[in-house]
Amino acid sequence: MTRGGDNDGADVPQALSHPAIEVTDLTVAYGEKPVLWDVDVEVPHGTLTAIVGPNGAGKTTLIRAILGLVEPAAGRALVLGGDYADNRRRVAYVPQRGSVDWDFPTDVLDVVLMGRYGHLGWLRRPGRKEREAALDALRRVEMDAYAHRQISQLSGGQQQRVFLARALVQDAELYLMDEPFQGVDATTERTIVDLLQELRERGKTIVAVHHDLQTVAEYFDRVVLLNVRLVASGTVADAFTEEALRRTYGGRSALFGTNGR
Amino acid sequence: MTALFLVDDYTLRTVALGAVALGIVSGALGTFAVLRGQALLGDAISHAALPGVVLAYVLLGTKASLGLMIGAALTGFAATLVVSAVVRTTRVKDDAALGIVLSVFFGIGLVLLTWVQRRPDASQAGLDRFLFGQAATVLRDDVETIAIVGALALVVVALLWKQLKLLAFDPEFGASLGLRMRATELALTALLVVAIVIGLQMVGAVLMSAMIVAPAAAARQWTNRLGVMTIVAAGVGALAGATGAVASSQVERLPTGPSIVLVATALVAVSFLFAPRGLALRAWRARQARSQLGTHVVLADLAALEQAHGGPGRAHPAATIAVMVEADATAALVALERDGLVLRDPEGNWALTDRGRSEVLRR
Repeated sequence: MTRGGDNDGADVPQALSHPAIEVTDLTVAYGEKPVLWDVDVEVPHGTLTAIVGPNGAGKTTLIRAILGLVEPAAGRALVLGGDYADNRRRVAYVPQRGSVDWDFPTDVLDVVLMGRYGHLGWLRRPGRKEREAALDALRRVEMDAYAHRQISQLSGGQQQRVFLARALVQDAELYLMDEPFQGVDATTERTIVDLLQELRERGKTIVAVHHDLQTVAEYFDRVVLLNVRLVASGTVADAFTEEALRRTYGGRSALFGTNGR
Repeated sequence: MTALFLVDDYTLRTVALGAVALGIVSGALGTFAVLRGQALLGDAISHAALPGVVLAYVLLGTKASLGLMIGAALTGFAATLVVSAVVRTTRVKDDAALGIVLSVFFGIGLVLLTWVQRRPDASQAGLDRFLFGQAATVLRDDVETIAIVGALALVVVALLWKQLKLLAFDPEFGASLGLRMRATELALTALLVVAIVIGLQMVGAVLMSAMIVAPAAAARQWTNRLGVMTIVAAGVGALAGATGAVASSQVERLPTGPSIVLVATALVAVSFLFAPRGLALRAWRARQARSQLGTHVVLADLAALEQAHGGPGRAHPAATIAVMVEADATAALVALERDGLVLRDPEGNWALTDRGRSEVLRR
């Protein structure tokens, strides 16, 4: 901010001079099998990016590596200009809906409150302030009427909204989502799309694993095509081409040949 | 239970207090083990504690409960480390690894126990109570140890509440928040070891894992909140522990482990049947829903039938309707008859009344 220039980008905060995510030469292996191989990805601030690729392409692993949940064999991922561990309070994460047991004894509000646990530190319990933030987040995904509903009574779409609300109360700059549209109804899909675009308008960065090739161009502005190796990455107009898709899906499918499942 | 504490019998009171304390601790900790699908881990720990008990006696030359508990805790905890090492480095799945470790450690424990019992050493007498438990041998000092160690374990649970909840529900998310899930898992395992070890003398190595699993399984039927479940499980554990231990101390040669476990099993059965999530209530609710749905559907089906065959007033046998609704329709038909919406003709066939017909249109 004390940099020389007095015009255009001079008032951009220091952090914004870095991309939101900068993945360099990232290789991840489970055992001896590489899941991600030498992947480079840059995600600019304030964009809505889809990670696309066939099953086993390493999409979830890419997100987990960015979050520091898997140790890379080589390379690294910088988040908001630094290590994830230093910036985690500015990052929100939406895991796959199917990764948890929805018969767990808890209600909707309690799950959303978990989004504040990282800010509360080791010993503090959520209080009124946290509860209000959670109710507010539930309102934004149109689930406030369900605050005290036992989570086993939710439909798939409602479960997904609860997970989104939990990410919203994290009050982050960067949102990483693993298949937020997986198995949701049409209304929920619309709600989620609107929400993601609203976040983007407010300058947030969103990266989501996405399965439905037909909606990529409509919902997202950037795309990362992945199949263990990086196939293409960039704006939808530049990177989401027939040719790139053929290379991602190994010639088996063209744009309208596959739609996830 | 309160009546039992009023009984002016020193031994009885000691036994009951100790059993209540261990029931509370094992019930509360068992909640997390059960929710994480780790019921079998408790079984491995309790069996693996046996060699620790015998080794501690041999090395320390004491039967003081604290020393034996520490020995039990060390081998119990070591067993959990071996299990995770086997899972990490071999292709053996975790249930098989638990089974292997359980039997190997328990086998070693039995060998050691037999060897100690054959030595010309009278003071070893009674070590075998760690197999099936013997409440009558529990002294005031033992109860104090159980209470203090157990209370410490519960304090740790309270302090780590958020972490334990995330560990059980969504550990990946917890890790993304920077909460140390691996450390929390280790802490939970250590707490489980504590909960099991303090119960060995009363319940015994063979059946102690039931005190981890049964109260939590029963409690889950009564509530949909983690906090309430933990407290209910502690209560169930206390009740089972006290009832079983007191029964065994009153009846000669009745080992405590089996009698506690029988009480706990009875409580689980009652919960499975009669709790809000239990079978009886669920079946009753399903029946309610079906019969309500039934009258709607039956009425609509009768209207469809009379339109298809013969027009207004045409009667049909109950069996025809039963096929359409895929259930016995008699109860619904009788209910509808009571409301004046259907009529039974002399041959036992059913037809819509005029009111029934307008009711169909209204709906």
